[in-house]
Parts: sequence; C-alpha cells; structure tokens
Amino acid sequence: MKTLHIENMIACYHCGNECLDNHIHTEEKVFCCEGCKTVFEILDKNNLCNYYDLETQAGISPGNAHFEFLDSEQVINQLLDFKNEEIGKVTFFIPSIHCSSCLYLLENLYKLNTDILHSTVDFLKKQVSVTFRISVNEEEKTGITLRQLAELLTSLGYEPLVSLNDVVKNQQMPSSRKLITQIGVAGFCAGNIMLFSFPEYLGLNDPDYQYLFGYLNIALAIPVVFYSASDYFISVWKSLKNKRINIDFPILLGILTAFLRGTYEVLFSHGAGYFDSLSGLVFFLLIGKWFQEKTYSFLSFERDYKSFFPLAVTRIKQASEEFVAVNELKEGDKILIRNGELIPADSLLYKGNAQIDYSFVTGESKSEHKNPGDFLYAGGRHTGEKIEMEVLKSVSQSYLTQLWNNDAFQKNSQSPVKTFSGYVAKYFTIAVLILAVIVALYWYNHDTSRMWNAFTAILIIACPCALSLSYPFALGNSLRKMGKQHFYLKNAETIETLTQCDSIVFDKTGTLTSSNGDLPAPHFNRILSVFEEMFVASLVSNSTHPVSMKIKKLYHDKGNITLENFREITGKGLEATYHHHKIKLGSESFVIPTKNAVKTEGNGSFTHLSIDGVYVGYYALTNHYRKGVAEMLAALAKTHELFLLSGDNDAERNKLSAWFPGENHIFFECKPQQKLDFIKNLQFSGKRVIMIGDGLNDAGALKQADAGIAVTDNTLQFTPSSDAILEADKLRLLPDFLKYSKFSLKVIRFSFLISLIYNFIGLSFAVSGTLSPVVAAILMPVSSATMLLIASVGTNFRYFGNEDQPFQSA
Amino acid sequence: MQIIFLMIGISLIVALIFLGAFIWSMQNGQNDDLFTPAMRILTDAEISKSEKK
Repeated sequence: MKTLHIENMIACYHCGNECLDNHIHTEEKVFCCEGCKTVFEILDKNNLCNYYDLETQAGISPGNAHFEFLDSEQVINQLLDFKNEEIGKVTFFIPSIHCSSCLYLLENLYKLNTDILHSTVDFLKKQVSVTFRISVNEEEKTGITLRQLAELLTSLGYEPLVSLNDVVKNQQMPSSRKLITQIGVAGFCAGNIMLFSFPEYLGLNDPDYQYLFGYLNIALAIPVVFYSASDYFISVWKSLKNKRINIDFPILLGILTAFLRGTYEVLFSHGAGYFDSLSGLVFFLLIGKWFQEKTYSFLSFERDYKSFFPLAVTRIKQASEEFVAVNELKEGDKILIRNGELIPADSLLYKGNAQIDYSFVTGESKSEHKNPGDFLYAGGRHTGEKIEMEVLKSVSQSYLTQLWNNDAFQKNSQSPVKTFSGYVAKYFTIAVLILAVIVALYWYNHDTSRMWNAFTAILIIACPCALSLSYPFALGNSLRKMGKQHFYLKNAETIETLTQCDSIVFDKTGTLTSSNGDLPAPHFNRILSVFEEMFVASLVSNSTHPVSMKIKKLYHDKGNITLENFREITGKGLEATYHHHKIKLGSESFVIPTKNAVKTEGNGSFTHLSIDGVYVGYYALTNHYRKGVAEMLAALAKTHELFLLSGDNDAERNKLSAWFPGENHIFFECKPQQKLDFIKNLQFSGKRVIMIGDGLNDAGALKQADAGIAVTDNTLQFTPSSDAILEADKLRLLPDFLKYSKFSLKVIRFSFLISLIYNFIGLSFAVSGTLSPVVAAILMPVSSATMLLIASVGTNFRYFGNEDQPFQSA
Repeated sequence: MQIIFLMIGISLIVALIFLGAFIWSMQNGQNDDLFTPAMRILTDAEISKSEKK
C-alpha cells in the first residue's frame, strides 16, 4: 500500500509542470494553465519563441501579484534609479530568473512593448534594469507606468519582488571595484619595480642607471603604499583609536619602514631599497583580501522585517482608496487588506472575516480565524475575502517589529570573540618591537653605523605577512567549500567565530521540522475508487485545518462535489454525507468508536478514514522532523551544549527531551523577545552561542547570538538577518561544518608556525644588519608561496562529512 | 647605451596607458558582472541562426 504515482505525466510546454485533467491544447502544444498559454501566445506573436529553443520548458507559470501601490508618486520616486520627463530607469529584483531563456526574454522586452527602450539582466544578482519611456498616469498616450511595467513582467512569469527595504538599492555599487583597482595598481607597480631592480641583483653597477632605476622605483612605490595599501592605514587608525593593536599594525609598520628606509637609501646612500619586496607583499596581501571577500550576491544577510513587509498598502480615506507607504501609516488609519496580503501593523479588524497565517512569525502552522473586533498582530498573511481594519500602532512600534528596536540591532557587530590573529598581533608585535630595540641598543654600543640598518631590517622582515596571507586563503577556501555544500557564510570571520562557540540553540518549527512537510501517505486496506477520492477531496476542501489542506493537496484540489451535513468537530475530525454515503475523517476515537486498535506504522500523526461506516485506513503524516536531525543532535551533543527554544506548544516534549540534555534545556512557547533575552543570558554566563533558526520570530536571537545561522528551504525566500544561511536539507551536516571550521583554523596555526621559521632565518640576517635587498626579495615570495600552498592544499585536502558518500552539489 | 633612457621612458608610458585603461574600465563598471555577458553571447548566436531559417 503505497502512494500512487502518476505514470504518464504530461508536461506543460511552457513551464514543464505536470498537466492535470484540465490541460489546454493550442497548436499541438499542451499547457497546464491559462497563464502559461497566454505567455506562449505573447511570445509567439512577437517572434520570441527562441525562448523555448534555448532551454526547454523554461517558463514560469505567471502569478497574480498586485502592483497597485506602484501608482503612488512617492513609491515611484523611491524605486526609480533615474528619471526625467521622458525616461525612467528602474532595477527590479526578480527571484525567478534561472536560465539563459530568462536572460533572452528579459533582454528582449523592447520587442514586446515599444516604450521599453533597453533592458539588461544581471544574472547572478537576479536583477533586471529597464530603461523605459515613463508616463505618470495611464491616460497619457506615450510611455508606460511603472505599474504597467511590473505587470508586464508578472504576466510573463517574472514577478518582480518589490519590498519596503529594497535589496536592489543597497547593492548598486559593488565594493569590489575599489579593491580590484588597488590590486591592479599594486600589480602594475610591483611588476615594473621588479624589472627595474634586476640590474641591481645581477650586479650591474653603472651609477647612471642605478640612480634612474632608484628614482623610478620610489615613484612607483608611492602609489603602492599610499593608494593600494591605504586600507591598512585606515584599519590601523581605527584600532588604535579603540586602544587595540590589530594584525594590520605590524604589517603597516613593516611596509612603512621598508618604504622610508628604501627612500633614504636611494636618495642619500645610493642603495637599492626594498621596493620590490614591499610592492610584491602589498600585491599578495590584496589578492588574499580579494580571495576572502567571496560574496554570495544572490543572498542577502542583512534583511529585516522591512524586506518582508509590503511597500505600500491601501488606505481608506473618506470612502476613497489611496495607496500609502507603510511607514507613513498612523494610528487610526483605516486600511484594506486583500487576499494574500500581509498585515503591516498591529490593528483592529472591523469588517470581514480574516483567516490569518502567522506561520512566518511564530512558526505555528495553523492559521487563525478572526472575527470583526479582534486584534490582529502585524506580520500575518491574510487569505480570504477583503478585510478592513484600523491601525492601532505604527509599523515600527508593532509587537513584531519592536524587536528591531532592541539594542542587538543597534550595535555594530563588534564581536567580542578573541581571534587568533588578534592574539598574535598583540604579543607578536610587542615581541618584535622589544627585539628591535634590544638589537638597536646592542649595535649602538658596538658599531653605531649598523644600528639603523638592523633596527629597520627587523621591522621589515618580522612583519607577519605570512599570517595575513594564510588567513584569507585558508578561510576563503573553506568559505567556498562550504558554499558548495549550500552553507553560505556572510564572511570569512564567521568561520572563526563558529569554532569558538560552545553552545547551540535551536528553534523547532521550520528548523528541526520542515515547514511545508511531506504529503500525507495513505495506508489503506484497499484502493479508493475515483469517486471515493473525490469524496475525500471534497470533504477536506471544506476545512482549513492544516492536515486537511495537505490531504487536499494530495488529491490536487479535485474535490468539487457538494456535500450535505458537513460537520467539523474541533480536535476530532470531519464528517459529511453525499447521496446516503457517509464519510468520516479524523482521529482514531472519532472514526472507529469500537476501539479496535488499529496498527499504525512509525510515529507521527495519523488521520483515519471510514466510508459508509467501514474502516478504510489512515493517512500518515510521519517524520516531519528533517532527515538526520537525531543523528546530528547526537553528534553535536558531544562537543556543545544544546538548547531548544520553541515558539510552539509542548506537545512534542517527550520526543525532544530524548535529544536534548535535560528538561532545563528545552523551552516552549517562547516569544521573540524571550528568545533574544535567553541568548543574552547565556552569553552573560560566559558562553558563546550559535543560534539556528528560520523565521522572523528568531530574528532577534539570531542577531544577538555570536553566530546566527538561518535555515531555509529555498535561498530565494526571505531569511532574517544572520551570519550564515544554511539550506535546510544540509542541516544534518552541521557537525561536519563545525569540525571543518576547526580544521581550517588548525591549518592557519600550522602555517603560522612555518612562517615563524622563515622569520627566524630572516631575523638572523637582520640582527647582524646584513639584510640585503636580494635576500629579502627571495625570502618574501618563498614564504608567501609556502603559505598559499599550505592554506589551499590543507583546506582542500580534507573531505568533510561521510567520505563513503561524497557530496553531490546541485 | 643612452637609448635605454628613451626606451624605458616609452615602455613606462605604454604601460601607464594600459593601467589607465584598466582603471577606467573598473570605474566604468565593466567588470562588475562577469557572468551574464558569457550567457548573453550564446543567446545572441541562437537568434541569428533562427532568423536565417
């Protein structure tokens, strides 16, 4: 008795979805719905059917989003990148961009509408920028409005995601531009300096050339130090202001000493200076920085409720409707919420019946029914008829959004975690300075002419550049490797933070359990007839209980017979009749009153079915915990202290207490603020905490924790601001990710030891005051290359996870 | 050997022109998106093919 699978699936020509009974034929092509057919017709009419040649079944079934709010002048001005009387330019974020067909269609928009002048896709960011002839209202004959443009995109299946805190705006200027320019300049100068230093190495001592090359080297080194390495000045200045020495301090000291000594030697003592080592070092350091700065441009780690909330809502003012930006909503405003829209502020329902889904806010999957006069919290999604309500609190003061006023969101994430590099910077720098002073004093007493030579040489050679190289390469490599396993980290520093945490706090709903869940599996003692399936489907379509919704989905919404005597008994089940046939669906005691114990397999919840008083079987909703959760928790419990904070009720307490160390580690019915405070208390007692959660209710806790990991089923969906984003089906690999992070840090420590050996070799030259530019020029690249080798080989060498089952990256 | 002065001068000027071109291309945003153009060129080729048919 297994779930029935449809053998002969007819795929839609446009979107590739399965076509159900009511599919549509046109020109020998099959479509699953009117929407897909319409898109095909539009493309066909405009000779854009190349769309289907690039990738087959690439289309997306168009949705029906509302863009009325794009008529508001205020909103338009907020969204447009550029605008004059005739032309407007806008950048939309379109999550559904996924293949070359999308690119083709979106860049050929001008063929569909002559008012669209130009459109460019940025594939990785899933953005399209459109330049179009703008018209302010629909009466004008030329141009199209922003709303029409958004609706055009939506009608093609490319629904733009427009939210209050538009992610598009923040990413306008890529930060990598400056860094890459700096690398380019440093590389250019380093290459030329090396070329001009060759004669010196080869022993050409013609004074004419020596002067010329010396002066050229100074000229070329100036942009390296003061432009390419300018970030080091800023970083050192910032940390000195906080009375701290960071790893950049000894590096900058080395760079500056080398530059000043080189300049002095060239100008006054006819030496060659260390310009080649210096510029090569800066070049390598910057490349390391760039390597570490792997960004996942399609992810956003900084979202707050503003990205989730709509841009504008309908306000009712003296019987007329107008659109108003949500942050302009005031107490007492009356607003209109349509089917599928979000409640933007705490308000009082006064007209219509609301069915509110708070799953995103609380993690509670049951939707709540509200009657006029009820209080509605912000953040719920309404399904059903139009409702009207009165705003009681402004958006930022609502119960949910208040969380973002907490201190955790104000402070800059100056993590108190002591990093290895910080530790090295402090003690290593002091040691080097002391050594330099001792050596200088020694030479002052013995041979004064060598004093400055030895002093500066120590500062140059002891610069911990090896560490600043192995850090970015090892961490950058780990970052990429974990990214391939769908664990996306905000930045490389997060890896180090992860290794230092000793407690892990989990959210339950949506994190340990899967939020959409599998379809219920029927376990029947006979196969249902087509009529009976329809009978069941019709029965459940009368109910909004989550189990009913899932059974309804199982039968593809095909229930359309009108039932009589429908009754829903809360906590028990459903019953109805149809032409003297009686159907009952629900709990065991409700369906089989005779108490004949039915054997159910596995654990989970079961929904039983009887038709005409005869027991047929049950639907099993088993294993809604994610795969491998038990093993993962068992593995983590060995190394970390585990906690559970659930917003849900304690129905699963027994099961969960087996996984977590004790009753005082499991908490139910936690409010968002309580979660945040709990983490704060843990930190106060000296623990370093990783928080793993998913919804808006975890947002505060994720932010407060030392490392917040957001779990999501789909990376395109909203995730609250966090340090890392983990795809849900990889949650079971969490112990491996943590182990791997620790391993990366070990690689860094090892490479630091090796670099100390190089430093000792260099120092032995330096203390005697005989460090020649050639030795420096050889030592520097050799030690850098060793660091790169250790960092990249080391981090690539180790597989994480079960090696018998190599990972498959999608 | 005086010619070396001239040659170094010329080589530096040529190199500086390339550096200038690089900086200009960075500021101009040509290197911001290195992924989409690779796909775009494929779709363009497809169009010309189907138009010939």
